[in-house]
Order: sequence, then C-alpha cells, then structure tokens
Amino acid sequence: MGYMTIDGRKVEFTDEKNVLSVIRKAGINIPTLCYHSELSTFGACRLCTVEDNRGKTFASCSEEPRDGMVIYTNTGKLKKYRKMIVELLLAAHCRDCTTCVESGVTCVLQSLALRMGIQEVRFENTREIRPLDMTSPSIVRDPNKCILCGNCVRACEELQGIGALGFAYRGTEAMVMPEFDKKINETLCVNCGQCRVFCPTGAISIRTNIDEVWDALADPNVRVVAQIAPAVRVAVGDNYGVPKGRSVMGKIVNALHRMGFDEVYDTTFSADLTIMEETAEFLDRVQNGGKLPLLTSCCPAWVKFVTDQFQDFVPNISTCRSPQGMLSAVIKEHFRDPANNPDGRKTVVVSFMPCTAKKMEAERPNSYTKGEKDTDIVITTTELIRMIDNNGYDFGMLEPEACDTPFGLGSGGGVIFGVTGGVTEAVLRRLSPDHTKASMESIAESGVRGMDGIKEFSVPYNGIDVKICVVNGLANARAVMDKVRAGEAEYHLIEVMACRRGCIMGGGQPAGAGDRTKAARAQGLYNADNTTIIKKSDENPLVIDLYNGMLKDKAHELLHVEGY
Amino acid sequence: MSITCKEELKVHQDKVNQTIQAYGCRILVCCGTGCIASGAQKIYDEMVKLCSGMDNVKVEMQKDLPHLGELGVVKTGCQGLCELGPLMRVEPYDYQYVKVQLSDCKEIVDSTVKEGKPVERLFYKTKEGELCSHPDDIPFIGKQTRIVLENCGKIDAESIDEYIGVGGYSALAKALLDMTPEEVIDEVDKSGLRGRGGAGFPAGKKWKQVARQPEKLRYVVCNGDEGDPGAFMDGSVMEGDPYKMIEGMTIAAYAVGAQEGYIYVRAEYPLSVKRLKMAMAQAEEYGLLGDNILNTGFNFHLHINRGAGAFVCGEGSALTASIEGNRGMPRVKPPRTVEKGLWEKPTVLNNVETYANVPKIILSGAEWFRTIGTEGSPGTKTFSLTGAIENTGLVEVPMGTKLREIIYDIGGGLKSGAAFKGVQIGGPSGGCLVEEHLDAVLDFDSVKKFDAIMGSGGLVVMDENTCMVEVARFFMSFTQRESCGKCVPCREGTKRMLEILEKIVAGKGEMEDLDRLEELATMVKSMALCGLGKSAPLPVISTLKRFRDEYEEHIVQKKCRAKVCTALRQFHINAEFCKGCGKCAKNCPAGAIFGKAKHPYVINNDLCIKCGACKDNCNFDAIYVEA
Amino acid sequence: MLDQSYYNKADEIIEGYGRKAASLIPIMQDIQAEYRYLPGELLTYVAKQIGVKEAKAFSVATFYENFSFEPKGKFIIKVCDGTACHVRKSMPVKEALMKELGLTHKQHTTDDMMFTVETVSCLGACGLAPTLTVNDEVHPKMTPEKAIDLLSELRGEKV
Repeated sequence: MGYMTIDGRKVEFTDEKNVLSVIRKAGINIPTLCYHSELSTFGACRLCTVEDNRGKTFASCSEEPRDGMVIYTNTGKLKKYRKMIVELLLAAHCRDCTTCVESGVTCVLQSLALRMGIQEVRFENTREIRPLDMTSPSIVRDPNKCILCGNCVRACEELQGIGALGFAYRGTEAMVMPEFDKKINETLCVNCGQCRVFCPTGAISIRTNIDEVWDALADPNVRVVAQIAPAVRVAVGDNYGVPKGRSVMGKIVNALHRMGFDEVYDTTFSADLTIMEETAEFLDRVQNGGKLPLLTSCCPAWVKFVTDQFQDFVPNISTCRSPQGMLSAVIKEHFRDPANNPDGRKTVVVSFMPCTAKKMEAERPNSYTKGEKDTDIVITTTELIRMIDNNGYDFGMLEPEACDTPFGLGSGGGVIFGVTGGVTEAVLRRLSPDHTKASMESIAESGVRGMDGIKEFSVPYNGIDVKICVVNGLANARAVMDKVRAGEAEYHLIEVMACRRGCIMGGGQPAGAGDRTKAARAQGLYNADNTTIIKKSDENPLVIDLYNGMLKDKAHELLHVEGY
Repeated sequence: MSITCKEELKVHQDKVNQTIQAYGCRILVCCGTGCIASGAQKIYDEMVKLCSGMDNVKVEMQKDLPHLGELGVVKTGCQGLCELGPLMRVEPYDYQYVKVQLSDCKEIVDSTVKEGKPVERLFYKTKEGELCSHPDDIPFIGKQTRIVLENCGKIDAESIDEYIGVGGYSALAKALLDMTPEEVIDEVDKSGLRGRGGAGFPAGKKWKQVARQPEKLRYVVCNGDEGDPGAFMDGSVMEGDPYKMIEGMTIAAYAVGAQEGYIYVRAEYPLSVKRLKMAMAQAEEYGLLGDNILNTGFNFHLHINRGAGAFVCGEGSALTASIEGNRGMPRVKPPRTVEKGLWEKPTVLNNVETYANVPKIILSGAEWFRTIGTEGSPGTKTFSLTGAIENTGLVEVPMGTKLREIIYDIGGGLKSGAAFKGVQIGGPSGGCLVEEHLDAVLDFDSVKKFDAIMGSGGLVVMDENTCMVEVARFFMSFTQRESCGKCVPCREGTKRMLEILEKIVAGKGEMEDLDRLEELATMVKSMALCGLGKSAPLPVISTLKRFRDEYEEHIVQKKCRAKVCTALRQFHINAEFCKGCGKCAKNCPAGAIFGKAKHPYVINNDLCIKCGACKDNCNFDAIYVEA
Repeated sequence: MLDQSYYNKADEIIEGYGRKAASLIPIMQDIQAEYRYLPGELLTYVAKQIGVKEAKAFSVATFYENFSFEPKGKFIIKVCDGTACHVRKSMPVKEALMKELGLTHKQHTTDDMMFTVETVSCLGACGLAPTLTVNDEVHPKMTPEKAIDLLSELRGEKV
C-alpha cells in the first residue's frame, strides 16, 4: 500500500508485485517483450526500464513498488534507449513481415517498432539462416525470428513442467532449441502450444491447415462438416471488438455456413456424450475395483504427458475419446448410412478448436474408426479468425444462426468443458439425481470452480466420499501425479487440462489475452451455461435419441479408444 | 589432532616456531603459477634432493607436524616478481634469489646453505646496477604494504602449521571465543572494508543485511572466479595463502550464522583448487573447519566449485546460478543476493581478497585498519601489474596510492623506456586511465569518476606502441564473447559495438560510426541487466573520451600511429639498405613487390595485403612499416 | 553407441557427487576430464540419472566454454589471450601454431587427434606473458618460434 509518483502524477498502489504493474494500472502501456505476470520475471528485454528522480535507471518489472517512489517512464533518454533496443532486435530478426503469420496484431515486436517509429535499421542481420522446424503437427518453429526473450522456455518449464525447449550456447550465439538441436517432435513436447501463446514474434506459430479446408470446400464431391468447441465461441469476438468473453457462437455458425460448410455442429453435444461415457466408466471402476484414480482423457496434451512420462498410469486414463474424437466418429458413422448420404459424398470433418494439441490428437492411431480418420482437419480459433478475414466477412453484420441437427445442441454441462473444472462439474451434474437449481448450485459451490491450479475436494455419492482433484497446467499435474505415484495422495478422479484455466486459454486461442480477458472467457462459458435450459448431459434430448438409435450397439466402438 | 581452545592454539604456534627456528636454514621456493611455469617445481625437487641428509636442513617427516614434510625446503605462494622466476628465498639470511636455474642449486647449497654466504649473481639488480640481497631491498617488493599478501611467499602454502606459526587462526579464535557474531559484524562494519571484487560495496553492511534476514538458513560464498584477463591477485592469494581466506570465510560464517560455504574457483586455476582442498582438509583435521570448530559447537562446512569457463560467472547471481547447476546467467535484482542468493537463501558473497582482509581486521581492530588507505576506502588493494612495464607481478599497496607510484616506483617504469600512454584498470569492464590520472589518488570512488572501475585490480600498462582503438576492440571482443546473451543491450549492443570497432581498425570506418558507437555505449551502460553488461562499454567510452584523435586518425587518415592495426600499415623498402636480392618479392603472396636484381625493390601498396612476409624475410632490415 | 565402460565410469562419477541437479556441472567436468570431451550420450544419461531435463542439461553444457561435444586432441594447447598476453603479442603465437598444424577457425583439432588449439581468456600467469598451456602445464614467455619448437618436442613424446 502506498503512493508513488509516475510522470508527475500520484498513483496509488496496493498489492501490485512490481512497479511495472503500477505503471500499467496508471494507464501507461509501458512496452515489454519478456514480461508476463504468469511467468517468472526474466528481465531480459529491458524495455520497461524507467528512470527515478536521481537519474538512476532500473527495469520496472523487477522492482517492488515503494511508497514515495518518484519515477519517469518516458524521458528523452529512455525513449532513445528503447528505440535502440528495438532496432537492435529488428537487426537480428528475420524481417519477412509481409509473409509472416503473426504480422499485424499479434507480433509484439512489430507493434513496438511501429509505436516507436523505427524507420531504419542501421545494422545488418548477420545471423546464420537456420531451417524451420515443421515436424510438429501443432506448431512451427522459425529460429530466424526468435528474439531470445525466453518466454517459450519459461512457459514450457514453469507452466507445463515439460522443459522441451531450452537456451543453448551463449552470447550472440545463444539460441532456443531442444537438446542437441533435436526436432520438436522428437522431444517430450505435448503440443499444448503455450510456447506460441507467449511468443512475441513469429518464432513459434500455429501449424496452419487452412488451405486444406478451402480445398475440401471447393470439392463438389465432398461434404464438409464442422464442429465447434465450447472455448472457441468466447474468443473469436476478441478480434472484432465484441466485448471480451462474449459468446459469438451464432455468428461463427453463420460464417461457416457462408463459407460452404454443409453441416455445422456443436462439440458441446459430444461433451455430453463424454460425460455419459466417462461417468459410466467411473462408476464401473469404483464399483468393480477398476484402476483408480480415473484420469480424464479430454485433453490430448495431458494424455501425451501421461503416456510419455507417467507410463505406469496409462491404464488409469479414461478410455473415452475426447469430445472432438467422439463427435467426429459419430458424424462419420452418421454419413456412412446411405439414408443420410443419398448422394454418396465423402465426408470431411473439420473441427474448430481452441487447441493446438487437437491437431496431434487427430493424427493419433487411436483416432481412426473403421480404418478412417475421424477428424480430418483441426482448425484453431486463431486460424478460424483468419478464415473469416480471408473471406472478408464483416463480423458485425453476421446474423446469429443455429447449429444443424442432429448434433447441434449441448447441455450447460457440455459447454463449461472449456474451463477448468467443467468436466468434473458436468460429471457431478450427471450423478445428481435431479436438476433443481439448488442441486446445480451446490455442485457449483463444491470446490470445482475457480482458477486455482490444483483444487482438491470431495463429494458424497452413494455412501462413498468421492475424492476429486481438478488440475490445470501440466506443471501442477506433475506435482499431483508425483504425489499420487508416491502414495502421498489418493483420489478417485483427476481432471487435468494442460493449459492454465482450461481450454479457454488453449494454445490455439488468440494470443495476447490479459487478465481481464482470461476471466471474461471463463465467465462467457458460465453465462452460456446459465442461458441453457438443459443443465445435465443425460437430459440432452439429442443425446438420448442417439443412444436409442445409432449408439445402441456401437457406443464402445465410436466413443472409446482401444488403448493409448 | 584437534585444537579445542586458545591455549592449544598458542601451544601449537610456539611448537611450530620452535621447530622452524631449530633449522639452521630454510629454503623457500616460490611455487606460484608463474614460477611453476618457469620451472620452480624442478628447482624445488632439486633442492630437496641436495638438502636431504643435511643436518641443518631437515627434510624428513615431523612426527607431530604431519604436514611439514619438508619444513626446511618449502613451497610458498607468489613472491611477487613473476617475471623473474623461478624465485627463491633463503632464511634466516633473508636472501632473495631471482631467475634460479637448476644449475644454480648446487652452488646455493654449497655457499648459502652450508656457509651462509650469498650467491650474489642471483640477486636482483636494479636499473642503476645496485644489487638487492633482501626482498625488501627490491623496490618492487619493499614499497608495497602487504596485509592480504603478508604471508604470501613467506610460508609454506601447503602447511597449516606454518600458517598457525605466523599467528594464523588467532583471529578465528578471538571471534569465536571472545566476540558475539554482532560484535564481529560491527568490527568489520567499522573497519570500512569494502568488497574487493569490483563495485566496492561495504562488506560489513552486506553481512548485517544477511544477519537480519528472517530466513535462518544462510550461505557464505567466495567469489574466486577472477575472470578479468590480466588479473591474477585472487589466484595468487588462493594458492599462496589459502588459509587466510578460509579463516576469513569461517569468521564471516560465524558472524552471519551460516553453516555452509562455497568457494567458486575459476577453471583456469587448478593450483588454487589443489591448495584450497589441502588447506580445507588440514583445517578440518585441526578442528578449525567442519563440525564443532574450536570446541564451540559452531559448524561450518566448506565446498569447492570449479568454474567451467564463463567470465559472466564472476557476477554474483550468475555465480550462484552456476553453483546450483544452471546456466550462469545473471538474474534481475531485487531480490538481492543478501535476501535470496544461493538456493534462494540469504547469502554473503564476497571475493577472495575481501575475505583475506577479515582475519587481520578482527585481530588488529577496525581502528588500525582505518589508518591504512583513504577515508572512503580503507585498507590496501592488490593489483596485478602487467603489460608494457619493467616489473610485472603482484602488488599490494594502500588504497589511495597514486598510479605514478605503482607504475614508476614499484613497477620500475615502462619497459625499455617507452612513453606511457595509459593503463587499463578493472579489466574489460574497466576503463583507461591516462597521464592526467597518474597523480590522482586511486580508490573506489575516484576511479569511478574517471569512467573506470577498480574492478578486481588488474592494471595493464600500455605504452606508445599500443593502439587504443585496437585495445577497445580487444576488450569488446572479450565482453562480446563472454556475454551470456540474456539481455538485449549486452547481447546485441556489444556485438554491434564490436562490428564498428572491427570496421575502424580495418580502415573502413566512417565518422558516423563514432556517433553510433557512442549511442550504443551509453545505451548499454544504462540499460543492461547486470553489472558486467553495464560496464562492458566502459573501455569504449573511456577511450573515445581520451583518445578520440586516434579513432579519427584511423577513420579519416587511415592511419594507426602505434602501427598495430595490420590493415592500416604500409610497408616500404628503404632503398638505401636494399641490396636488390629479391627475397621479399619471392615471399610476397600477393605479388605486390617489384624490382630488378641488384636494384632497390618497391612495394605497391595497392596490391599489398599487409601480411609482413617481406619484412620477416628481409636479411638487411630494409623494409619498414609506416603507419 | 558408446561402450558400456563409459556408462560405468559415469555411474561412478555420479555416485561421487550425488543424484541432484547441483551435481550436473561437476559431473560433466569429471567426464570431460576423463575423456577430454563430453560424449552427448553421457550428457543424456547423466541428466536422466540426476533428474534434470535433457534440454536443460544441454543448455548448461553449451553455456560453458570448457565443455565440448567434439573429441579433443591428445595435447590441448590453450593460448592465453588475456590482456597482458594480448598486448605482448599472443595472437601471432596462436597463428603460428595453427599454421603449423594446418588448423583453421573452424577446425581446432588435427585430423590425427594429436593437437587441439584453443584460446583462453587468462591463465593467471600474466607476469610471464605471453603464455600457453599444454594439458594444463603452463609454458611462459612464448614466441611463435618457441611454440613451433614446443610442437616438435610434443611430437617426439608420442613416439
């Protein structure tokens, strides 16, 4: 608590952990490239340096606010130095901006260059040109664009506990790379894409599959079917001036229809299927002495993490396919029926996901049914925005449209899948004997909600105390799993979403989300739940229909995997 | 054997001294890195061989002094005059021999050891031709004030007994038995001892801050990663008198309540590591290190970490990161090392010389310490005096000593009488002092005002044959190579400064380059993350300020007055001396030399690649270089 | 594939320092000292044994100059280019050595694996500048001619 003087104006500070946050609170967007409130303070870009009243300069990211501090954020000296720093970075950066996917809003380096009015780079780029790493289905690494801010290294290590990337060598020879300059798919990378979210340039970007979608749409012999994951709807609007976190599902459906998608479905529907299957599996394991804790299987990054690093827990992973996998399999099966496919077209499923790991999941050998790939193309939210822009749609003028039947409706339990704790909450709703307001509220207040990285709580069910752990962030997951492995913790159910706060902050979402946006996206999903009449997955009429129809004898084949 | 109280320490001290005095003669062979390189080990072996079996020089093992294997013939640390090694002292006559060769050993034994007569031809001879028989007669040594180095060169660097003999460990006994930790800190604080590693932060203040931390697990760390090229003071202390520094660290640990300590020694100092390990083992055996020191219940365990080749690890947070097993990259501060240092625990981090000052301060008191040096910087400072100077070597003088005294009185002036141009102080992070600074008082604060830093104390003297632009380039190439690469100003800034400097020495500089260089230098100085980064541009800033004309000459006239910059040299043939043999033309790889046999040859400087092959091959000294 | 003996040696070294992250550097130093280089396979092995992520171990190993993934020659000659040596003309010494051995700025070790020539920042023997070390033994007051003589002396040793 106290006051400090920033550029001659008195500013109050409370619990801000550094001067930088106070400056930003005061409405001055001081530039940074390596600072992120969720990562450790690195202090490498030096752009947030300020000057105090004695002319001393220091980086505001690493200084605690003190009462009576007097600082200046934009002295002539600082302006000159900052400009020089950005110029030096540009000089060692591949400046193919016109063909860079991050050009425009997402490249922080570019926006800083613009802000500072850099019109000339006086130094030659002498860095050796290095090849791109295109081995991952999720991300592309372009070392020529790396400015060594270390955000990816810290995100991978600190948030995800993976450490697939590191700094190698030193000085001007320093580079970010996996050990021995291995390709990213030869490492323990889980494809979560968080490195890309934190990358301020185009050094790590999403491996895009947009052109494949255009090709499919242009092919008259192909039926192109879309599915849209919950978290996508609360993030697309970011780009179009829609209030943060507001669901724009109807507009997305409209845009996809205009693009030529034959059917547009909602992944929320298959989230309900997941709940039906996973709850059944859970009860079966509890009642029949199956492997516990049951580990959720919706998040492919988490599943890869377990199969890579906790192999002894592979039998604990739920055999349920992820919502993406279930819906794609069901769609394909639906159109295998000649009654639903009178013209005999080939079906291509395009899933719109907040997630880069889903691209990897779609490639997994267990993502095939009847020898056919379930999900043909995975498109992230960021790519979806680009597709909308590509077609030149005025987003504001897109009238909301409804999804198509028979897979276009989900329960409130399905829609909150996109936020950490959502899967568990939906399971608890499924287990609830009724759907009264009181029951729903007591579930919401059981401890399942909230943004903590690790939440432990228990709920009574049929005479047993069901112990649950809800985790987001793989570094947290590692901590939990180490305890479980060591016998220091026991749970019946562990829900893990690899990304902090869940899929709303997935690696495919638009980057640059601040704290307010993050909170708004979660709220957006809870709002969608609040406006849905059906709360419980088992009360979704389309789900009931499907179980009475197609799934009668195919539930296992279409909704489960044979192993990991 | 374990020493458990003051009395036992005193008894042991007396016993050692009696033993030493019992010898008719003691031979001290300098075995510092320098002298070993000159062959001191062989001299030592030879002396042991020759003295074996002689009555007055005991070489056999002493029963109750297990480490005094060769009490009569001992290996000491640096005796100071590295360039004149191997060095040898013979007691009780206090003779100092220089440039001792294997063939001299017999004569030394025959005349000095057996008969007490000096071997005069091995004495140091001053420029004026005066013979110096005793170490203190040599101006280089006599004009120094040795506190840190007081035992260096005088005692066996591998024997704790000899250290105890000269009063070693009485300071630790005093601190542990007569003083509270607070009193120890107070004494150090009052003494005004400032960290000798570079910035000169007051040691007492640092210790106080650590002692104040709520966290009780604390560490004491010694920075022995003396990375400045041209500095070897700390290395000399570690190999010449490791005990003093260890005693100082132990006192520091007691003062701040630490039980674990780390010494980080740079990889290039294998001898330091060896001597420190021996010293630690001996101290542990005597109960002066480890558990229950001097039977007081105080425990202090010391570990050695070897550096792995990274200059930046001399920076505090990089050093602790390296001990922890990480890349040696400095981190942002705060939190400072005193709050969160090694393993995020409060840590006292001082350098070798700082710790080595502590025992004497405890023994003789803060008042005494303050009588030496200046008001703001009490005590002495060790320097390694190198470069274009007559006497290179290790120097310890009171703070505030004028540069002139160090260079001319102690160092004997410039080599071969060349004109003084400047002296680089503080290594690559320091700056260049010139003529006008020769009579300035030299301490932490004054040096800073001259755009330089005291650093750890490297003094590299440069004469008229040194090109200051080339020197700036040399330092920049060093800091650039050693930049950890973390922060942008240092990583990219040093690279670009180096590029510009390389361009200028290659004769391709433009006047705008100087502005750009200045712009970069001031930016890096203000914006870099760590102290090393911030000081990386100092050599550029100070040379630009003091030798701007040389930069301009390189750029405008394409001339290097020191004739150092290869690309700017012009080779010419003096027609008077040229015999027309044609050897130069034959050896010229560029075909730039033309002429007719028996007539003077000519060099076409447009074709010349400045390799110097012609000059090297001329038998008549007919080829000269023009800047 | 490395011979099993390398792993046994690594195990022995690891035991000496303990299975903890802080042991990484000393373990690598000992391996480097043993084999005059750090075999990449052993780095991976050590990282796993002491619970350090591979990318991290690699990042540490590449940070410090003393570690090399390339095997070095029998004689490692380090020419000091500290300030004192530099102003007393150490680089001509290095150039003479490189020329004599046919080495370049890219190749530091001779094909017969006899000699490696490197630069070192300061050996702390500034009083005897310019200096160089051969497998850690300091040779003072070098000149290009003395350096060449030293090579033939060392070559003699190999017979």
